[in-house]
Amino acid sequence: MELTDETARTKDIVLDLPDWVGHRAGQHVDVRLTAEDGYQAERSYSIASAPEDGHLVLTVERLDDGEVSPYLVDVLMPGDQLELRGPIGGYFVWEESLGGPLLLIAGGSGIVPLRAMLRHWSAVGSSVPVRLLQSSGSLDDLIYRDELLDGAYAGVDIRVALTREWPDDWRGRRGRIDRELLRELAWPPSERPLAYICGPTAFVEAAAEWLVENGQEPGRIRTERFGPTGT
Amino acid sequence: MDALDGNAIAGVLFEHFGEEMTMTRGRCAHCHTASRIGELRVYMRAPGAVARCPVCGKVVMVIVQIRGEPRFDLASIELLHPI
Amino acid sequence: MSPISRGFTGRRRPTEDPSRVPPGQYVTLDFPVLSAGPTPHTPHDEWTFTITGQVEQPVSWTWEELLTLPSETPTVDIHCVTKWSKLDTTWRGISVDTLLERVNTEAEWVTAWSDGGYTTNLALEDVTDGKAWVAYEFDGEPLESEHGGPARLLVPHLYFWKSAKWVRGLTFTPDDEPGFWENYGYHNHGDPWLEQRYQGD
Repeated sequence: MELTDETARTKDIVLDLPDWVGHRAGQHVDVRLTAEDGYQAERSYSIASAPEDGHLVLTVERLDDGEVSPYLVDVLMPGDQLELRGPIGGYFVWEESLGGPLLLIAGGSGIVPLRAMLRHWSAVGSSVPVRLLQSSGSLDDLIYRDELLDGAYAGVDIRVALTREWPDDWRGRRGRIDRELLRELAWPPSERPLAYICGPTAFVEAAAEWLVENGQEPGRIRTERFGPTGT
Repeated sequence: MDALDGNAIAGVLFEHFGEEMTMTRGRCAHCHTASRIGELRVYMRAPGAVARCPVCGKVVMVIVQIRGEPRFDLASIELLHPI
Repeated sequence: MSPISRGFTGRRRPTEDPSRVPPGQYVTLDFPVLSAGPTPHTPHDEWTFTITGQVEQPVSWTWEELLTLPSETPTVDIHCVTKWSKLDTTWRGISVDTLLERVNTEAEWVTAWSDGGYTTNLALEDVTDGKAWVAYEFDGEPLESEHGGPARLLVPHLYFWKSAKWVRGLTFTPDDEPGFWENYGYHNHGDPWLEQRYQGD
């Protein structure tokens, strides 16, 4: 097990699991923690790595009032045991056979499963057109910041919206995303894009509604709500 | 309380049915619309998990843990062969 | 057997007085929000509370009428069947005894029902003699909608799923009729001190 900081509040947990059966981009694992007196807590975390990466990566955002995330980010150390169930999910999964064009929309830590999709897209050399819109409070909060901003995904149209604060020379979107931005960013409905939206529930619901209002097919919009504040 | 998607119960459904269920379509007994399990609106933080039809909002599935054993009530959803 | 997660304790807090914590419960300092569905939002001018069913004469109050009734400010411990307990919670509400003053009935069971369709069943003796309120303030503030506002039932001596959020009335019934969670296997009575979580406990 290897642990790396992504942002001040987020950590990558890299796991080498000899018995891992492999997974599909977008799936998650259920992590269960057990205290010495038997008390248990369980939460789902999206897999951040692509199937081709060879090891399993979970990117966990620490929620201040969280039950599981503070443990994973602050306490967990190499050598500790972690109980996982998975990989799980078939609905919020993308692989090349599903085609595109592919529209990925992430709010905060919602980027995690979408990043697995991007890594998979890259690894298989897919020619499906991809656009990513990531909404984050600030550059400091932006998970996978270097990957996303420094061209790790050549050929992917990546837009980042900073909603709370931004550097003076920021040329991306300033402020929250809205219906107009989605209309501008998405392919026209006639191209039938396949959309994956992930993040806090309110963000996902607003984005999904705007896509539908812009004429996109509801059946080609897949969502993964993280709940009120994230994972 | 914010809803989650059917993904949130994917793990417990997998353990019960022995297969991945989120792509399976189910017909709501109230409004008769068919949706994928992954599209159901799930309320997890309760004495049980309550899955509601994304179209009419009524309860279609409830999963409770009785003495540590999951119990599934699918009385209001008709599972259809995945298309 | 699950492996022990080294150093994991969860968000639980030790309590100074374990005699206040029913078996199997943990004390929490926050106030978890649990719900079986979306939060309803009934505006005050459309809100009513109705007592009906096996009663001689149904009675009903509008929001304004309810607020003219004498209120109480109970401080109580609450216990959720999902194992968290919260001590010394403060509320303002109308005692159910007050609401039942004008009600004549021979029935001994009630079903509390709420906006959004939630129901829970209670014995009349569990909501009388100072054991229950229709509460509209928590911690000195109007009850937030995610916690059941504008008003919820408050029955602290039973597991908190009996304290129906978004309550709109009580219906007197001839028999004990299981409500929402009771139908799915939760206990009809729900005494946390006897750990009556599930049917058959």
